[in-house]
Amino acid sequence: MLITQLKSKDAIASLAQGKTFVINCHGCKEVYFPEYQADELQKELAAEKDITEIMTRDYICNPDHLQLQLEKYMDKVKDADTVLVCSCGVGVQTVAKYLEEKRVFSGCDTYPLPGFQGVTPQELDCAQCGECYLNYTGGVCPITACSKSLVNGQCGGSKNGKCEVDKDMECGWERIYRKLEKLNKLDTLKHPTKVRDYKKPFDFSTKDGE
Amino acid sequence: MRLTELFERGEFVVTAEVGPPKGINIDHLIDEVNTYLKDRVTAVNVTDNQSSVMRLGSLATCKAFKDEGIPPIFQVTCRDRNRIALQSDILSAAMLGIDNLLLLTGDHTTLGDHPQSKPVFDLDSVSLIHAVKQLESGVDLAGNELVGEPPKFAKGAVVSPCSDSVDVQLAKMEAKVKAGADYFQTQAVYEPEKFIEFMEKAKQFGVPVMLGVVIPKSVGMVKFMNANVAGIHVPDHLIEELKKDKEKTKAGITGVEITARIIKECKDYCDGLHIMALGWESKVPDILTLAGL
Repeated sequence: MLITQLKSKDAIASLAQGKTFVINCHGCKEVYFPEYQADELQKELAAEKDITEIMTRDYICNPDHLQLQLEKYMDKVKDADTVLVCSCGVGVQTVAKYLEEKRVFSGCDTYPLPGFQGVTPQELDCAQCGECYLNYTGGVCPITACSKSLVNGQCGGSKNGKCEVDKDMECGWERIYRKLEKLNKLDTLKHPTKVRDYKKPFDFSTKDGE
Repeated sequence: MRLTELFERGEFVVTAEVGPPKGINIDHLIDEVNTYLKDRVTAVNVTDNQSSVMRLGSLATCKAFKDEGIPPIFQVTCRDRNRIALQSDILSAAMLGIDNLLLLTGDHTTLGDHPQSKPVFDLDSVSLIHAVKQLESGVDLAGNELVGEPPKFAKGAVVSPCSDSVDVQLAKMEAKVKAGADYFQTQAVYEPEKFIEFMEKAKQFGVPVMLGVVIPKSVGMVKFMNANVAGIHVPDHLIEELKKDKEKTKAGITGVEITARIIKECKDYCDGLHIMALGWESKVPDILTLAGL
């Protein structure tokens, strides 16, 4: 199981730049999602920001399903400057992969809970590490797409765009760099040094409805 | 003597890399360093379980060199230790008077002789540089105060100027500079024009860069590097040149000549030289003489 927790209001507000299309995933039963809080926060956000649509669906981690769900909104999606996804890390990565040309941001951090895992696409993964880096990396997860889980950039081991550990695996940081380059957002890499926080207890006091 | 002080004086710093043995006897290594390197290089850089192959520790070897009057550079990788052990070892180095560091992420464990081991990578090269900078300011990475005078280091880092994705490498270099890297040494260069082009772009960061060279020992070795070692590309014309070495039984002289030539072509564009002899330490004096250093 996994739990998603909304990032702080300030963090989310700073992500929602320009016309913002919001996707909520109240997907599988294996994921706890803060529905009530997300709803409240998005209402507040809509008062201050240019939120063009709030779409709530399930299983956005299934690429075919996602495509189907987004079909009738594609005009709004194309028009948006930002797509803000409130889901687990797999959902965010699926949207970022599908909307290659868009700035896709995560409104949530994902934490693990012991127990049954939902059905997730094999090529994308969320390590439920509790500190979602997808907003710095163009929606490509540096924890799972990089063999060393590096958060500050490429190691010296990439050759011809492939990982030093597995020559069939694309270098995660090569993918991140090319994605940010495509988005014209290479400035994102100029953030201060990241030191991973392995002690990120989920704050149960903020559970939905309490 | 910290390398940073030498760079500040405008000296062209020359270092050489050696690997500790897989065992506890280092008499042979010390003899080699004394014979071939001591009077020719500024400092000797000691690898940290290079290529993820378990060996005698870098710190202990650095201490042995220091006792011999050979200035050491302590290489530290993030592969085998978490942030507690890394900071502790770096403080230990300072206590032993070892104040030159080279801070690296490290190769993945699966590439070495203990592929079953757990890779750590609690920190990466950038956050490790940041951690050392914190120690220098008198607090550890968690913000706890150190007792007494804080340590002071020359914080080295690496970059691959001839990488097939040099723009990605430059972005990482910038992150390292921002985190506090004082100087850089490069992955082996065989294409001076690419290195010079890289240096044009790296100038903006305002930190000294040492040209990295690996002596091409044989055709087999360079073909292996081309196929397997990231950031290294030996062009065909050099491979052809090396083939002649065997024909004329020059026994490595061609590799020495090539290395000296690369150094000559690049030295005006950088601040120092780092020689990775990979066991051919005996060739280093000839290379330096041929290169006019």
